[in-house]
Amino acid sequence: MLTLLLPLTEAADEAPSPLLPHTAEIIFGFVFLVLLAIAFAKVVVPKFEKAYADRTAAIEGGMNEAKAAQAEAKAALDKYNAQLAEARQEAAKIREDAREQGAQIIAEMREQANAEAERIVTHARAQIDAERTQAVASLRGEVGTMATTLAGRIVGESLEDEARQRRTVERFLAELESSESARQAVGTDG
Amino acid sequence: MTAGVPTEFIPPGPQNFETPPIIHGVDWFTKPVLVAALSVVVILWFFWGASRKAAIVPSKLQFAGELGYNFVRNSIARDAIGSADYMKFVPYLTGLFFFILLNNVAATIPLIQFPTFSHIGWAYVAAIMSWVIYNAVGIKKKGLWGYFKHQTMPAGVPVWLMPLMIPIEFISNILVRPISLSLRLFANMFAGHILLLVFVLGGEYMVFESGSIAIGGVGIITFLMALAIAGLELFVQAIQAYIFVVLTAQYIGSAIADEH
Repeated sequence: MLTLLLPLTEAADEAPSPLLPHTAEIIFGFVFLVLLAIAFAKVVVPKFEKAYADRTAAIEGGMNEAKAAQAEAKAALDKYNAQLAEARQEAAKIREDAREQGAQIIAEMREQANAEAERIVTHARAQIDAERTQAVASLRGEVGTMATTLAGRIVGESLEDEARQRRTVERFLAELESSESARQAVGTDG
Repeated sequence: MTAGVPTEFIPPGPQNFETPPIIHGVDWFTKPVLVAALSVVVILWFFWGASRKAAIVPSKLQFAGELGYNFVRNSIARDAIGSADYMKFVPYLTGLFFFILLNNVAATIPLIQFPTFSHIGWAYVAAIMSWVIYNAVGIKKKGLWGYFKHQTMPAGVPVWLMPLMIPIEFISNILVRPISLSLRLFANMFAGHILLLVFVLGGEYMVFESGSIAIGGVGIITFLMALAIAGLELFVQAIQAYIFVVLTAQYIGSAIADEH
């Protein structure tokens, strides 16, 4: 307030009416206001407005970018889902194929094994038949001789007659054979 | 005053506002001129610094500048003038607002303590500039006769009332506005300062010159009252700057409005 005390050096009745302006102040007021308006119009307002426009653009750009990223992510997700479904389908197909193939292999193997078994059985049967025929043939000779010899010993020379002897043996063997074949027929049926 | 020891209290008056030239012999260089020039420097420095590197992400200074700028731009100019035309007037309105605000608040800033607009010349020039601008943009938009018709013949008034309405509207919209603008600002600043002077000088007189302890005590209360009044004045100073610029914006808005 000290500065305000200074004007009292002038006499009170000398003060002009407060409603009368000082010319210098009118001029300075005009100059200052015009200066401020020009400075704001040329520098401050354009700078601030540019910052606002940039800000709006940045926000809009960011939003667009986010939208694009979202769309991209969705596309990628769809792609991966499609790929996953495809892979699943493929896996199922492969499994199916493998199962089919396995079944086929098993069937083949079974067939092969059956054929082999049959072959072995046939072979064995033929061998057995041959061996039996051979044994029967050798037995037939041997048994005849042995039986004749034994009978000759028991009844003497009466049975020395060749023709008789042969007939007796033949008859016996035929009997023997028929009974044996009958037994065999029963065995194969069983 | 303390040196002269006048026994009689001299009440503060218009003479308190007549400060001598700061430099002896340079009559135009007075205290309000200095304060106004300083305010211009401060405003330009602040807004230049705030807007110089204006970026998308503002610095603290830019944020503060934008706060002030946005206040005038959006709350005053855009609301009163409308979003179609307001940007043209933002520079003038922003400069005007901060010029009045700083010069008003100067009355409260210690060591300055002088409201520039208590010298009526400053208020006249600001009001006349606003008056010229709103009339000029109105005439530019509607033509001379169209503008006068727009300002003096409100829509919806019956024809037989026109002889009454036209002079009233002309006086209130064209003649009185610059006077009311300037006087409102000047009178508020002048009266507020005188009020403060009454309390401060009166308190000083009571404490130091009266020679009575009781009156001295009242003087101390008077000083405290002066503090409260200074706070009130700070409020009035800001409000007056706001009112001046809002009214200017409204005059511009009504001058270029399509409907009255």
